[in-house]
Amino acid sequence: MKLDSKIPSGPIDQKWDRAKFDMKLVNPANKRKYNVIIVGSGLAGGSAAASLGELGYNVKCFCFQDSPRRAHSIAAQGGINAAKNYQNDGDSIYRLFYDTVKGGDFRAREANVYRLAQNSVRIIDQCVAQGVPFAREYGGLLSNRSFGGAQVSRTFYARGQTGQQLLLGCYQALERQIDAGTVKMFPRTEMLDLIVIDGRARGIITRNLVTGQIETHMADAVVLATGGYGNVFFLSTNAKGSNATAIWRAYKRGAAFGNPCFTQIHPTCIPVSGDYQSKLTLMSESLRNDGRIWVPKKAGDTRTPNQIPEEERDYFLERKYPSFGNLVPRDVASRNAKSVCDEGRGVGPGGLGVYLDFAAAIGRLSEAVIKERYGNLFDMYQRITDENPYKVPMRIYPAIHYTMGGLWVDYQLMSTVPGLFVLGEANFSDHGANRLGASALMQGLSDGYFVIPYTVGDYLANSKLDKVEVDHTEARACLEGVAGLTKRLLSIQGKRTVDSLHRQLGKIMWDNCGMSRTGAGLDKALSQVRGLREEFWQNVTVPGSSDDINQSLEKAGRLADFLELGELMCIDANQRKESCGGHFREEYQTPEGEAQRDDENFSYVAAWEYQGPNQPPQLHKEPLEFEYVHPSQRSYK
Amino acid sequence: MRLILHIWRQKNGSSPGRMVRYEMDDANEDMSMLECLDVLNEHLILKGEEPVTFEHDCREGICGSCGFMINGLAHGPSRATTVCQLTLRNFKDGDILYLEPWRAKAFPVLKDLMVDRTAFDRIIAAGGYISADTGGAPDGNAILIGKDAADSSMDAAACIGCGACVAACPNAAAALFTGAKVSHLGLLPQGQPERDRRALRMVAQVGEERFGSCTNIGECEAVCPKEIKLDVIARLNRDFRSASLTSR
Repeated sequence: MKLDSKIPSGPIDQKWDRAKFDMKLVNPANKRKYNVIIVGSGLAGGSAAASLGELGYNVKCFCFQDSPRRAHSIAAQGGINAAKNYQNDGDSIYRLFYDTVKGGDFRAREANVYRLAQNSVRIIDQCVAQGVPFAREYGGLLSNRSFGGAQVSRTFYARGQTGQQLLLGCYQALERQIDAGTVKMFPRTEMLDLIVIDGRARGIITRNLVTGQIETHMADAVVLATGGYGNVFFLSTNAKGSNATAIWRAYKRGAAFGNPCFTQIHPTCIPVSGDYQSKLTLMSESLRNDGRIWVPKKAGDTRTPNQIPEEERDYFLERKYPSFGNLVPRDVASRNAKSVCDEGRGVGPGGLGVYLDFAAAIGRLSEAVIKERYGNLFDMYQRITDENPYKVPMRIYPAIHYTMGGLWVDYQLMSTVPGLFVLGEANFSDHGANRLGASALMQGLSDGYFVIPYTVGDYLANSKLDKVEVDHTEARACLEGVAGLTKRLLSIQGKRTVDSLHRQLGKIMWDNCGMSRTGAGLDKALSQVRGLREEFWQNVTVPGSSDDINQSLEKAGRLADFLELGELMCIDANQRKESCGGHFREEYQTPEGEAQRDDENFSYVAAWEYQGPNQPPQLHKEPLEFEYVHPSQRSYK
Repeated sequence: MRLILHIWRQKNGSSPGRMVRYEMDDANEDMSMLECLDVLNEHLILKGEEPVTFEHDCREGICGSCGFMINGLAHGPSRATTVCQLTLRNFKDGDILYLEPWRAKAFPVLKDLMVDRTAFDRIIAAGGYISADTGGAPDGNAILIGKDAADSSMDAAACIGCGACVAACPNAAAALFTGAKVSHLGLLPQGQPERDRRALRMVAQVGEERFGSCTNIGECEAVCPKEIKLDVIARLNRDFRSASLTSR
């Protein structure tokens, strides 16, 4: 396998324009002759499906939910970044690019990030045109806020429901194409394998989640936009259905997996309350704009927060990072919360929590202003915890939120399997080792609206693709493989439920491959994950049949893949003997406890190639070069 | 805490269903209603029985996947709350709860508590959008939108498409859902060019999907987890009537 990132030549601000000009075009009359499959209907997949449909391609779009409107992009709260500089506060495309490369701790590709920053500007325009009700000032101009560690106000938002509104804009554009007949939608359908013929992605195998029917769909190009794999940890902020199956099966068909160990821990989630807990709820990062994070100075302090006087509180982020304070990037905020809890100063049941206190902001701005800004989040917090955050500080703790790793793609967003494109969180490309707040929505829409419409066309125009039918030998073999796997899962009839095994996997991963990692811990996790995988295949019980709605069967298939992916994450974390962004190896830290990068030895993308069942994967390295933003120790002090 | 659950069990759309009684001895008041069903399902699977099928995804009250009737109330007794965020604190030890799927001709039951809501997607496809192909948009600030208009539009746009409004309506009308989209787009300047066409086409699709007619009862507003107001139905009616008079 050879990794060719295909980064265009020339100055960074001209690369994308040059690349677009160099691309071959598909004649408008020929577009409808090409079939494109898109898996996933979130911001990346939905915007890609709508845009390719508008161009005239013959698109099939698949999602496991009952409607494309439910994709988990919908849950993003805080906002979307764009380098509009509407606030006249010194923002620019270059600054957004710079912040993103630096925020990613110098483990992202400069050219991709620059293109993302360029496209950010057009995304806002596109969304406004679709009717996304972004927050406005009284005069009618778009409103902005500063968000997640940025020193400029470049975040556009629609209350605390920005992801929902962007997704609805994109969903409506998609429904318009469905009505026009350019896109055929397959809801409640799950992709279970990728068909590769003559080295190119030519189709997928799916299971209809209502009838259980396993079907073959052929195409000229396949686009995966299936999101991240945070659910490897069982407890995360992801939706319950979010899974890695599509990208994992593609990995096993030859697509390299980039930086699997780069996961993001979000600092502001509601702490775990019991062992029945099914997911962790995110409290938007925007809360850190007005909330102050603290713990008692004394370990084991059991007083209620309001009884603890000001001088006995430790506002640890403000103390350690005076210039960024509570607004340090997510990885820094999370790690510091963990370390004060490790010192025994955590609050709430189990001592796994820190306070996020709004008393000062309410005093300064009034309760009404805080309600206007965060009302829905405060209500949600109260519903879940039965505590009133206007009166007592919120309790928060970090949780798995986003995965920067994903399938390796080149500048065209094409994986190492020609004809297989990967967009949004499912690819590895733009966020390096840590994603900045309000950048996930930006990347999903940039990939779907403004990159893939060009690059798919270039691929199709440059490729000679023979017509392939559903009864092709390769397609039939894939179909039989999927049917066999389904049968096998149902036939084990062991003693453990899918969820109990999944919880156990999550705990192994959280303890050893979560917020901080060590070589010894990762070695232990590797053997535990392998053992658990063996137990799964001998002792899982999946009730019901395969020709019916069977949620246990769906979960079992996804867990089988998580059990393999978890191993790859540990292998990747083990080989990266440095700390960077969300990847914190305890052995590699500065005397002050900050992440210690090793640019000399680890300034590369780790791309893993599958070598067959129970074989160690092969590591390929794509060296990262920084021509514009010179790697430096990130400092938020 | 202990709960008695009577849950609608139905194998698929073509078999008859029935209520089945379950006892939950290990419920806990911090659990959500869905977590309570998760725990019940773990028990059922280990006993060799089929778990209860119910729809869910984000569990943050925003994706709109979940929803069923609890003692005749869509999403249960707590206002502005979906069942994924409905904690058992809302119930008392020993309570008897009846869990049933949304009931509406346009939402056929698929299995247990899961129904088919694709009719909503077809209503949106009929005109619940602004035609703006990717690429040609003017600068975001080129269109001025006053804060009040943007806020009202956002109020309507908050709809999560869960279907509680239809389930609560004695007529199984989809007026709140349709009105929310017509209002979201119709309150914005970008939505004006297609306003008439949108109202006409969406209302026609509502009829084709066999939703009932709205008689302004207001049950929909009472159960809406996003507190969408009845005003959106007034807006829908006004847009539809005005378009009917002027369009050919």
